[in-house]
Amino acid sequence: MSRTSRRKLLSALFVGFCALSVLLALVPLALILFFVVSQGIQSLNVAFFTHMPAPVGEAGGGMANAIVGTLILTALGSIFAVPIGILSGVYTSEYGGTRLASAIRFAADTLNGVPSIVIGVFVYGIAVLPFKQFSAMAGGLALGIMMIPIIARTTEELLLLVPGTMREGALALGATRARAVFSVVLPAALPGIITGVVLALARIAGETAPLLFTAFNNRFFTTKLNQPIASLTVQVYTYANSPYADWHRQAWAGALVLVSIVFLCSIFARLATRRLEAMRG
Amino acid sequence: MLLNAEAAKAGQPRAPGADSPAPARESVVPNPESDPKIAVAGLNFYYGPNRVLDGVTLKIHPNQVTALIGPSGCGKSTFLRSLNRMNDIVPGTRVEGSILIDGQDIYAPSVDVVDLRRRVGMVFQKSNPFPKSIFENVAYGLRINRMTRSREELGGRVEASLKAAALWDEVRDRLHASALSLSGGQQQRLCIARALAVEPEILLMDEPASALDPIATQRIEELVYQLKDRYTIVIVTHNMQQAARVSDVTAFFWLGKLIESDLTNKIFTAPAEKLTEDYVTGRFG
Ligand SMILES: Nc1ncnc2c1ncn2[C@@H]1O[C@H](COP(=O)(O)OP(=O)(O)OP(=O)(O)O)[C@@H](O)[C@H]1O
Ligand SMILES: [Mg+2]
Repeated sequence: MSRTSRRKLLSALFVGFCALSVLLALVPLALILFFVVSQGIQSLNVAFFTHMPAPVGEAGGGMANAIVGTLILTALGSIFAVPIGILSGVYTSEYGGTRLASAIRFAADTLNGVPSIVIGVFVYGIAVLPFKQFSAMAGGLALGIMMIPIIARTTEELLLLVPGTMREGALALGATRARAVFSVVLPAALPGIITGVVLALARIAGETAPLLFTAFNNRFFTTKLNQPIASLTVQVYTYANSPYADWHRQAWAGALVLVSIVFLCSIFARLATRRLEAMRG
Repeated sequence: MLLNAEAAKAGQPRAPGADSPAPARESVVPNPESDPKIAVAGLNFYYGPNRVLDGVTLKIHPNQVTALIGPSGCGKSTFLRSLNRMNDIVPGTRVEGSILIDGQDIYAPSVDVVDLRRRVGMVFQKSNPFPKSIFENVAYGLRINRMTRSREELGGRVEASLKAAALWDEVRDRLHASALSLSGGQQQRLCIARALAVEPEILLMDEPASALDPIATQRIEELVYQLKDRYTIVIVTHNMQQAARVSDVTAFFWLGKLIESDLTNKIFTAPAEKLTEDYVTGRFG
């Protein structure tokens, strides 16, 4: 075999391996989607969105309380996490060289790696025990704590991508440092930051562990923030663990709704980014 | 080149480098008695341990265009950026000597840097419009400095600034379009309009036309020429013809030192220093 044809063969083999790895990586995703959709779709109907869970032994019913609960919990989480996450991202990008910034960065990375069950136990200690009450608030706090490091790190990275000349332009017009950051640098990075926030949302919407000790669960519909509240993930977990075939079907439907929410979030993030970027030409 | 230098020595008004004609206009002789707008004395500038400006002393007179020339890395940008204290934001820098604007030391502790930067506007080498609309770009400085009282006044000032920067006719119908949709030359004029809007007294321009084509460059040069009636302009340029065309006074920097500054005509025809002559005739740099 000539030298070049050997090299061509090796190259083709290499490309082939890469393609194969991509396929292998995609297989689990495809299988998950296939099972969730094919199993979930059977029990998915209007009642699933509008009805409350049926009592044990009775067929039908829905997860209206859990769907609303998940929306409330993620909204609460964002209310806690978005301002704190973005502001600490601003701090670490602005004062990147300082010790405090390195400490914050390290803390954020560590927090990101803390198992979610530990965060649940922690919030149980500070927000459930003192009030002797599981609550949506505590659940939102737990989710928020998980979102903060993701948002903070994304914000920092995106702010650092904004060219320094942009900031100098603002300073040269008589802007203070804070003004330059908040009126020019941050808006310039906003599309990316929005994407980061939505992806963080998608990530925590699927969390179960931090909710078990905080928001707990609720068989009834509630929007009260000081009461235990249902969520899709906990409901799916409970139903999937039950011995009833009907509840298993409901759990699949719940899983499908969850996956759809995450999917919609990702699509929304992409669209929002594209929109904003198109607006700036 | 050699011929050129000979011609220059003979005192013939001959532009350096190419076949371009002599500087088109007579430089206005600054009255040495009059107070300078900017008086720099014994300026040393350090990035960490590196001294990049070495004892620069220069007077810049009002309503004149002063061109800074010199080889790459000689400290032109550093000098320019020390005039509005833009270097303050670079960590580890240090300044010695004094810079007086209207007789006031701009590095004095009592000076408000934010106010100084409003009075000393700056246009950057690479145009840097904000990712906002054309209107908002020009309105930005007016808003942050609270310089207008009403919506109408704001609109009027924006229009006047765009006109002063010779951009109004091209953008009047799309003021609310993104500034990033403008061409490179238009973006640079937008940055000039943005700087003019806050009514600075001094305009610093760091190679404002280096990224532009000849036509856009010409528009910027015409603009600089018009603006000097109202502003004191300091412009960095690598283009000898440009320096010859737009400036009244030229200052030649070399390795952090100010070698010579004089009327532009004189610098290009009969410089006092051999180094200056070698540079403007293109023998090095
Ligand atoms: N932020 C910085 N940190 C350290 N050194 C710097 C910094 N900026 C510039 N310098 C150094 O200072 C010297 C002068 O730089 P300056 O940018 O003022 O040159 P210049 O004359 O504007 O060059 P050019 O014509 O290439 O723009 C150079 O040696 C450069 O390496
Ligand atoms: Mg420079």
